[in-house]
Amino acid sequence: MKRFGPFLFERRLAPPRSVVLGVSMLAVMLALLVGAAIFAGYGVNPWHAYATIGKSTLGSRYGLMEILRRAIPLLLCGVGLVIAFRAQFWNIGAEGQLLAGAVAATGMALFSGIPGPWLLPAMFGAGFFAGATWGMVPAFLKVKLRVNDVISTLMMNYVMIYIVEWLIHGPWKGPTMRGFAYTDTFPKAAWLPTLPLSRVHWPTLLIGVVAAILVALILNRTRLGYEIRVVGESEGAARYAGINFLRVSLWVMILSGGLAGLAGVGEVAGIHHKLLSPTQVSMGYGYTAIIVAWLARGSPVVAIVTSLLFGLIFAAGDVIKTVLRMPFQVTGVFNGLILFFLIGVELLMYWRVRLASRGERWTGKAGSSGS
Amino acid sequence: MDWQSWLIGIVGRALAFGTPLLWGTLGEIYAERAGVVNLGVEGMMVLGAFSAFAVAQSTGHPGLGILVAAVVGGIAALIHAFLTVTLRANQYVSGLALTMFGLGLAGLLGRGWEGIPLRQPLPSVTVPGLSKIPLLGPMLFEDQSILTYTGLILAVVLWLLLYRTRWGIVVRSVGESPATADALGVNVFLIRYLCVIFGGVFAGVAGGFLSVEYRPAWTEGMTAGMGWIVIALTIFAAWDPLQAIWGALFFGALYHLSYRLQAWLPPELLKLMPYAFAILVLAIAGLSGRKRGAPGALGVPYTRGEK
Repeated sequence: MKRFGPFLFERRLAPPRSVVLGVSMLAVMLALLVGAAIFAGYGVNPWHAYATIGKSTLGSRYGLMEILRRAIPLLLCGVGLVIAFRAQFWNIGAEGQLLAGAVAATGMALFSGIPGPWLLPAMFGAGFFAGATWGMVPAFLKVKLRVNDVISTLMMNYVMIYIVEWLIHGPWKGPTMRGFAYTDTFPKAAWLPTLPLSRVHWPTLLIGVVAAILVALILNRTRLGYEIRVVGESEGAARYAGINFLRVSLWVMILSGGLAGLAGVGEVAGIHHKLLSPTQVSMGYGYTAIIVAWLARGSPVVAIVTSLLFGLIFAAGDVIKTVLRMPFQVTGVFNGLILFFLIGVELLMYWRVRLASRGERWTGKAGSSGS
Repeated sequence: MDWQSWLIGIVGRALAFGTPLLWGTLGEIYAERAGVVNLGVEGMMVLGAFSAFAVAQSTGHPGLGILVAAVVGGIAALIHAFLTVTLRANQYVSGLALTMFGLGLAGLLGRGWEGIPLRQPLPSVTVPGLSKIPLLGPMLFEDQSILTYTGLILAVVLWLLLYRTRWGIVVRSVGESPATADALGVNVFLIRYLCVIFGGVFAGVAGGFLSVEYRPAWTEGMTAGMGWIVIALTIFAAWDPLQAIWGALFFGALYHLSYRLQAWLPPELLKLMPYAFAILVLAIAGLSGRKRGAPGALGVPYTRGEK
């Protein structure tokens, strides 16, 4: 317990949900406040900026649909990262796993010859498999060779980015694309249906929501989920309990990478209908999903909400670019700021503040009793 | 082309491309030696690259650009230090945030500066006398950046500082066992702040080197993952400034070869080489099985009076 003036600060181990929510919202608000300063520095009136963004995203049907469509890959990657972070596996590689899924889906769509109605399921299957495979490599390296997971997952992103670049400039370059670095357009059977007058490829959205619920069940109701949580909370306890690290890590990354792979399938089959430059396929969804997962604080279902929030930020990025004529990179700045403030205010959650009663104030008893 | 000019070209360019890697790694080694992982190297480097270019271009003084890059890197690192040392936030997440923020901010501010060649790049130097040595001369002492030589000298100095002085013992003890260091009267928080900022200054210079010397121009994302290679090199060098030299040279050579071999292999596949090798060398280091000497309290926030 500590005392500052009339306020008493008491430590608590498990903050109630209302406090977590309140503190998280405070963080987002503070980030928006600093964001306002950035707008002002760029010569754009912050009020005008936020009002324009609000009107063009939340205030119109098209805007809402754009939020939803951006939230789809964030949700799938985010749910995957929730699993990984619960196991203390630092998967920073959702970007590469997403691209792996996109590549596998493209391969299926263009070269497999699978007939009509089976094509899309095959693409999703292949996408999950590719993402999972890309994720399993770092898991194996971490457990068997103690290779730092942050580095390996990140490096795998770059490797996959250049594989995609190679494919679209080389062997998969579309002969009908007049020299552009794309593959050919997918056959119509490989196009995901979208909600009317929007780019919301709803089957992927549905998969994302179902995945969030399934992962919540896995984490809370199954033996694997239990093992994942033990590994994440205490490595020592996990070893003592005889938990097989390799098995748990591989499962974690199969699920985490696989879900990111599905996100990649959604992007190529639902939006672009071809494979193109990695920055256009993903725009950093895999990295932003880290914040989606962090903000969800270990809950896959909460990730549905947080992915919508960051879907909004991406949609806002489009508005900032087209209406306010500022570079899209503003979204990166906002993402970084939100993450800064989120972890910055985290400490607040673990302190309860109350007004000291008269007695405590005058006797100073609460001075230094240990925490 | 005969083998001699090949060798001269590869070693010479490996030195050049290894320079930003060396600077970045030296900085990160000190931050991690004090117990703080900073995954924001990529962000600090790109901020350094942009600010160095902007200052060099508008003032005409590339040296001033490098100086400003160092300050900007230090300030960026200060954010990380505040979050992780004072507020005890998760070091991984804070570093990632710094990278996202840095890449975003540099991209935002740098929009108007894209693709302009720098009017006055940092001049390269040829060491008189030494450059006349056959083979070694043109390889090591011709047409290199002053930052390459300072980097190499600093690696030696920082090694001496770390292993042969009281200062080094203090830094290492803070990273190894902060509670013990604290009990002995070392100001753990101050040392951690200083080392993290030191790391940022070096990352800033590394970025500045890229934009005012190596490729004197500003392009968005020009650091292209070098900041992450730096993190890998820190582990690969076993947190030892001298070993960082070999690591930086090796990866510098890989980067150079990824351009040089383009006659035989598709450029995209060559470009993934350094990143694949980063995984590979860490796997080999793991395979060799010996404990790599990571600082004991690496990544753990320090709280006074707990435990």
